[in-house]
Formats: sequence, structure tokens, C-alpha cells
Amino acid sequence: MAEKKEAVPRQPMPEQKPEERIKNFKEVPFGYPPEAAAKEASRCLNCKKPGCVAGCPVGVDIPAFIQKIQEGDFAGGIAKIKETNVLPAVCGRVCPQEAQCEARCVLGKKGDPVAIGRLERFLADWERDQGEVPLPEKAPSTGKKVAVVGSGPSGLTVAGDLVLKGHDVTVFEAFHKPGGVLLYGIPEFRLPKAILSAELQYLERMGVKFEVNAVVGKIVTLNELLADGFDAVYVAVGAGLPYFLNLPGENLIGVYSANEYLTRSNLMKAYLFPEYDTPIAFGKNVAVIGAGNVAMDAARTARRLGAEKVRIVYRRSREEMPARAEEIHHAEEEGVELYLLTNPVRFLGDDRGRVRGMECVQMELGEPDESGRRRPVVKEGSEFEMECDLVVISVGAGANPLLTSTTPELALNKRGYIVADPETGKTTMPGVWAGGDIVTGMATVIMAMGAGRTAANSMHKYLTLGW
Amino acid sequence: MFPILSKREMAQGTVIENEISAPRIAKKARPGQFVMLRANETGERIPLTMADTDPEKGTIKIIYQVVGKTTALLKTLEPGDHIQDVAGPLGKPTDIEKVGTVACVGGGTGVAVLHPITRAFKEAGNRVVAICGARTKDLLILEAEMANASHECRICTDDGTCGYHGFGTDLLKKLLDSEKVDLVVGIGPVPMMKAVVNLTKQYGVRTLVSLNAIMVDGTGMCGCCRVTVGGKTRFACVDGPEFDGHDVDFDELITRLNSYKEQEQEAMERFEHKCRAEAALK
Ligand SMILES: Cc1cc2nc3c(=O)[nH]c(=O)nc-3n(C[C@H](O)[C@H](O)[C@H](O)COP(=O)(O)OP(=O)(O)OC[C@H]3O[C@@H](n4cnc5c(N)ncnc54)[C@H](O)[C@@H]3O)c2cc1C
Ligand SMILES: Cc1cc2nc3c(=O)[nH]c(=O)nc-3n(C[C@H](O)[C@H](O)[C@H](O)COP(=O)(O)OP(=O)(O)OC[C@H]3O[C@@H](n4cnc5c(N)ncnc54)[C@H](O)[C@@H]3O)c2cc1C
Ligand code: SF4
Ligand code: SF4
Ligand code: FES
Repeated sequence: MAEKKEAVPRQPMPEQKPEERIKNFKEVPFGYPPEAAAKEASRCLNCKKPGCVAGCPVGVDIPAFIQKIQEGDFAGGIAKIKETNVLPAVCGRVCPQEAQCEARCVLGKKGDPVAIGRLERFLADWERDQGEVPLPEKAPSTGKKVAVVGSGPSGLTVAGDLVLKGHDVTVFEAFHKPGGVLLYGIPEFRLPKAILSAELQYLERMGVKFEVNAVVGKIVTLNELLADGFDAVYVAVGAGLPYFLNLPGENLIGVYSANEYLTRSNLMKAYLFPEYDTPIAFGKNVAVIGAGNVAMDAARTARRLGAEKVRIVYRRSREEMPARAEEIHHAEEEGVELYLLTNPVRFLGDDRGRVRGMECVQMELGEPDESGRRRPVVKEGSEFEMECDLVVISVGAGANPLLTSTTPELALNKRGYIVADPETGKTTMPGVWAGGDIVTGMATVIMAMGAGRTAANSMHKYLTLGW
Repeated sequence: MFPILSKREMAQGTVIENEISAPRIAKKARPGQFVMLRANETGERIPLTMADTDPEKGTIKIIYQVVGKTTALLKTLEPGDHIQDVAGPLGKPTDIEKVGTVACVGGGTGVAVLHPITRAFKEAGNRVVAICGARTKDLLILEAEMANASHECRICTDDGTCGYHGFGTDLLKKLLDSEKVDLVVGIGPVPMMKAVVNLTKQYGVRTLVSLNAIMVDGTGMCGCCRVTVGGKTRFACVDGPEFDGHDVDFDELITRLNSYKEQEQEAMERFEHKCRAEAALK
């Protein structure tokens, strides 16, 4: 028989078994061992016109970093990534690769694309395991002061970029710890907080100052920051206003917004109650409304908090589910059930004011709406009751007016998001830039970082050249 | 870290006053606003109203009733100790205007929240009548301060051990019957505020109440503190904490305040057990 060269298949990533992991909050995938990383890297064709790079919102030089892995030069590989992406350990884990870089990989046309995210994560984890990451060289001090409001991925990117360029950077954060959604939203089993701490320590070693418990708009306004000696301000306060459904019974005990449920569990560590003081409802029979990443995180958290039954209730069909493919896959493996084409119409309570179920209707898909997705319409006479003792509403988030309402100079669009020039991040207020979810609405970590990079370049020009 | 400068026990040690160094908050705070505070690394974030501020000294005062684990833990802190996190000032300040005659009705620890508001209404040129109530004489707080902050301060206790024998609402009714009152501010336990509102509705007098919904962030990002006011869902931390009492769904608030009863009890029992064990070791 003629020897046919066996194509290397996409390397699987070892991970905790579903029945084990629903009993703990430890990270689910273990990451590639070096051999698997080398094998996976060997699949990359090092394309001349790489589609993958065009698919990455910040244009990471993917073939170049993968080539470094092929050469065994991990230090070189991570340096390549960090030219464009300062949080690779985070992005490798949470980017929706199947819609970004991997979606455009040529190998994906016939088979499986290169596992770009896993390789990115591999290099970042390798670097962290080497001990203290050496600091890059900093430009000499410019004597300029920059305030960053909000410590999510967007604010952290600006802080890192500008401190390297020699500016004096202070990050103001409303919560008692920095990190934004990476801290209070995305759970430990998907993004271990130790990784975030390492990134924050790195920024601190570079000279970034953090002021926590600082609710800007309340303790200090943007105008006061500018008057107090800050030469420029970057606003990256995220999309921190939970949407509710405005249905009857929504204020029953046991009906949470995803923001509250995840903040209690992640930031306040309610999953460690009573070691930590913050309580959380331990539902046995949980319904999560919505089907994005946030909904998957809530569903998987509920499972780990001891729920026997967890259902995702979503009014459209599987194709429209906005969550990353991997999250849906992991959730289903963990026993989360999907109730598609289903919508609640009201919440039902018991005599103690606790939720005991929801009345739902079934939906069918009609004509496409503005978003291009087929609009769900109610099926006549399809009402039914679903039992549940905990509901988590994750149908999106909007712009929190806390800061913007104190700053009339900042132009907002009709949904309350800050208007900023996409080329520069400049707002209508002199000396103030904005980016991330507070400009675009909830998007992705890497988009928020990309906006930060764009703004940092523009701010640097302003600080050094005056425009 | 926020150093505790002083500690005063009131109402037989069930109510504690702390002065805390927090210069930037002190500079910005206005009557009616609160802080979110976390005692230590494993602690819960709880809201407490600023009972006073001193911008010059850079201090804020909190007065809290010991009701559960977090407040019991705070009570163990002495001057020289630190509170890990204090964030604020949060919430909308009280709308202080000159309206004529204002009745400020406080119950229990609510008097602490009411005190700076009472003083501000007086300073704005209103005639201010304060009504302070407690279950019994020993639980009354800030009588002297309230007398100073108002033109007239009437005291009552449920058991008649001090002042009028009866509820604050009885005294308020007498006042409403005897003179024209333009605004009532009622702050205290939820059932008391509900009773005040039920009374003032009959007289058609506008009434402000301060809602103590359960909170997590205090900045409008979680919705935990939602209350129904005028048939609409509002967030107590950013839309309040003060609302027009005539529009508030008090029964819903009372229900929601019970969300975590079992866990609160468990936390408190463990804490007391730990305290007893530590005391036994000493
Ligand atoms: C549960 C969840 C899961 C997600 N999963 C994914 C995923 O898998 N992949 C992905 O790419 N994206 C995911 N996202 C989206 C992604 O996290 C966000 O798009 C991204 O974090 C936005 O970054 P940001 O810097 O704009 O804002 P944020 O991360 O929201 O950070 C804003 C920060 O500003 C602070 N702040 C707010 N107001 C003030 C103020 N007035 N003063 C001071 N500080 C203030 C906030 O406390 C917060 O720390 C997820 C989001 C959530 C909620
Ligand atoms: C805006 C605001 C201002 C307040 N100001 C004062 C004040 O000046 N003095 C004072 O004594 N009390 C005040 N409170 C109430 C105070 O926050 C609670 O008594 C405190 O959180 C109890 O915590 P605990 O752990 O000691 O008791 P727990 O045993 O945990 O709870 C006892 C009760 O307090 C309430 N509570 C519990 N957790 C919270 C929370 N995170 N947020 C709000 N309420 C909670 C619940 O009704 C609960 O049943 C205020 C509340 C609000 C919302
Ligand atoms: S940053 Fe995200 S999109 Fe870009 S290459 Fe890395 S994983 Fe892909
Ligand atoms: S498109 Fe795919 S094969 Fe080509 S360089 Fe990018 S990752 Fe490698
Ligand atoms: S406490 Fe979270 S929104 Fe009010």
C-alpha cells in the first residue's frame, strides 16, 4: 500500500471531566502540553496572505507567533503576540475564536482551523510559568498625567500602553478590586483570577497606579480630574446596566440579573459561603433567560452551586445563540438543557414572595428583523408553566448613566453610549477619550482592548504633540 | 484602608458610632448619601448612611445597629483598626429646599440617618419639628443632637419609659392635626415608614422615606436593590435611596429584605461561635 501522508488533526485540549468539574470552580481546560502545542503549530501553513490575521480585531501576527512555536522559541512567540495584544492569557481563553481569527483560517475551509486561541494561551501560560516576566523598556518620563476610568480590559490596555510611553498613569475603579468583567463577570472556571492578578501585578510593576473604591462621577468628576492636573482622561466604564424583561413578578425573591448573580459569586466569592460572608441563592431548579456568554456563565455557575436542573431559556433557535461555541458545548456537557424558541411572559411566586415558576410561551421564527436574524413570534395558545426556584436574567446590558449624567459635555447616542471617533477614541469633551463597551455596547474583550490601543495612540500624540 | 478614629457605643451597645478617616468622601458627601463598606477581605459589602461628615478633618461618621454578621464584625473593630474598603458618596443627596414646616420622624437607628437631613432642613430656613422614637428609653439615640438640629424635638417610646408613651405616628398625627405641615421625612424600620406613609396619605402631605434595600455594588450595575415606586422598578442605590413614600410598594421591600434570612442566621451563628471560642482561649 502506498504511504499516504497522514494529515495532523486539530489537537484536542485535555480538560476536567464534566462530572468532576461541576463539583468545583477550577478551570475546565488544562491547556496544551508542549508536545500538543508543537503538533498543533505544525498544522499552520504560514500563509502569505493570512486570513486569520484579518479576522483578529487587533491583527495579532498569527503566522509569525505560530512559527516561533514551531521553532521552539516560546519567548519569541509570546513577544510577537504582545506587540498587539497585552492580555494573551485572557484572550486565548475567552475570545470567540470561531467568529474571529479561526473563522478565517484557510484550513477551516476543508477541515478544522488551526487552534489559534489555544496556542495563544499556551504561550502566555508558558511565560507565566517562567517566573517574573521581565519588564519592557519604558520611555523616559514625559511629565504628563493620565487618568483611566474603569479597569476592564479596555482601561488596562490604555494604562499599559501609556505607562510604557513614559506617562504617569492612574486607574480609577469603582469596585474594591480592578479587572472589570474579567473579575466580576467571567467565572473562575473559565478565567482563573490568578491570571488576572498576574496581569495586574505586571502593570503595577510597570508603574501603573490603581485607585480602587473610586466611583468617578461621585467622588470626583471628569472636569475635576482635568482640573486636578490630569492632562488626559480615558473613560472605559463598560456596559454596566443590567436589562430586565419588565414582566410581572420580576421582583420576586430568587429572580436575579446575571450581573448580580455573577458578581455575588465571582467578585464577592459567594460560592465560598460561609467562608466568605456574601450570600447567594442556591437554586435546585434554575432557569437562565438568554443565550449569550453571560447566560452560559450563569448556567454553569448554578450547576456548580448545586443545581440539579439548569435550563437555558431562549426565544430564538440554536443558530442564533450568541455565546461562544465552546461555552455552549461545555454547558451541554455539564447537563445544562436548552429550551429554545421559548420565552417567559411572567414569573410566578409562592406565598413567601419567592419565585416558584414561570409562565412561558413557545415561539416560531418569522421574517428577519433589523439584526438580520429571523424574528421570533409567539405561537398562539402555546402557554405552559415551567417550574423553577431561581431565575437568572441575562438578556444583555446597557450604558450605566452614573458617570455620564455628571458630564453634560460628553455627547451620548440615543441609547446612552458615549460618542467617540472610531479612528481615535476622541469624545466631544476636550482631553477625554472613551472606548470599550461604554462606546460600542457589550462586545468582546479583544474589541475593548483594540479600542484601548487606538485611543492610547491618539492620547500619546495629544500628550506629546498637542493634537 | 480606612482608619477608624473613634468608637462610641449607644443604646446599650446595640448601636455603634465610628468616625472614619476618608478625606475625599468627606469633601463630597451631602446629607442623605451613603457609603458601601467592606470590613475585610472575606467581608460582604454593606451600605451605611453617613451620619455626619467633617470636610476639614477629612472624616465621616457612621452609626449602625448591630443586626448580623457584618455589623457584629464591625463592632469588634477599635480605634486604630482599619476598614478595608469604603466607597462613596453614593445615592442621591436629599433634596433640601425651603418648603415651610418640615416634620422629621425617626425610628430606632433611622434617627442617625435622619439627623444630618434634619439639620440641613433647618439651615435651609424651614421650621423643623423632630419626632424621635424607640422601643424603650435605653435604645433612644441622638436626642441632644436632634434637639439641636430642629426647632422642637418630641420623644416617644413604645413602653413609655421616656417621653410620650406610644408610637411616633401618634405624635405625628397630633402634629398634623394641630398645624400645617408641608413635608414629612420618615426614616426608620420599614414597618414604621409604612405606617408614617399611611398616615400622611390621609392628610395629603408629601413624605420622603429612605429605602434600605439589600445592595451589592451601590452603583446601579446589579439591580439587587430594585424597589417598586409608582408602579415602576427603580434601583434604590442610584435612583434613591430617598423616594416619595406615597408611591412606594413597602410590602415588596419587606419581602425582599428577607431574601437571605437562613444564610444570614448561619453566618451570625458561626461568627458568635468563633467569638466564644476565641474568648475561651484568652
Ligand atoms: C459574564 C460575562 C461573560 C463574558 N464572556 C466573554 C467572553 O467569553 N469573551 C469575550 O470576548 N467577551 C466576553 N464578555 C464581554 C467582555 O467581558 C466585555 O466586552 C469587556 O469586558 C468590556 O471591557 P471594558 O473595559 O469596556 O469594560 P468592563 O470590563 O465592563 O470594565 C469596566 C470597569 O469600569 C468600572 N466602572 C464602571 N463605572 C465606573 C465609575 N463611574 N468609576 C470608576 N469605575 C467604574 C467597572 O466597575 C468595571 O470594573 C463577557 C461579559 C460578561 C458580563
Ligand atoms: C442606603 C442604605 C443605608 C443604610 N444606612 C444604615 C445606617 O446608617 N445604619 C444602620 O444601622 N443600617 C443602615 N442600613 C442597613 C444596613 O445596611 C444593614 O443593617 C446591614 O447591611 C446588615 O448587615 P449584617 O451582615 O450585619 O446583617 P445581616 O444578618 O446580613 O442582615 C440583617 C438584615 O439587614 C439587611 N441586609 C443584609 N445585607 C444587606 C446588604 N448587603 N445591603 C443592605 N441591607 C442588607 C437585610 O434586611 C437583612 O435581613 C442601610 C441600608 C441601606 C440600603
Ligand atoms: S486576540 Fe483573540 S481573535 Fe486575536 S488571535 Fe488571539 S484569540 Fe484570535
Ligand atoms: S490562515 Fe490558518 S493556516 Fe494560514 S497562517 Fe493563519 S492560522 Fe496558519
Ligand atoms: S446595589 Fe446593585 S444596582 Fe443597586
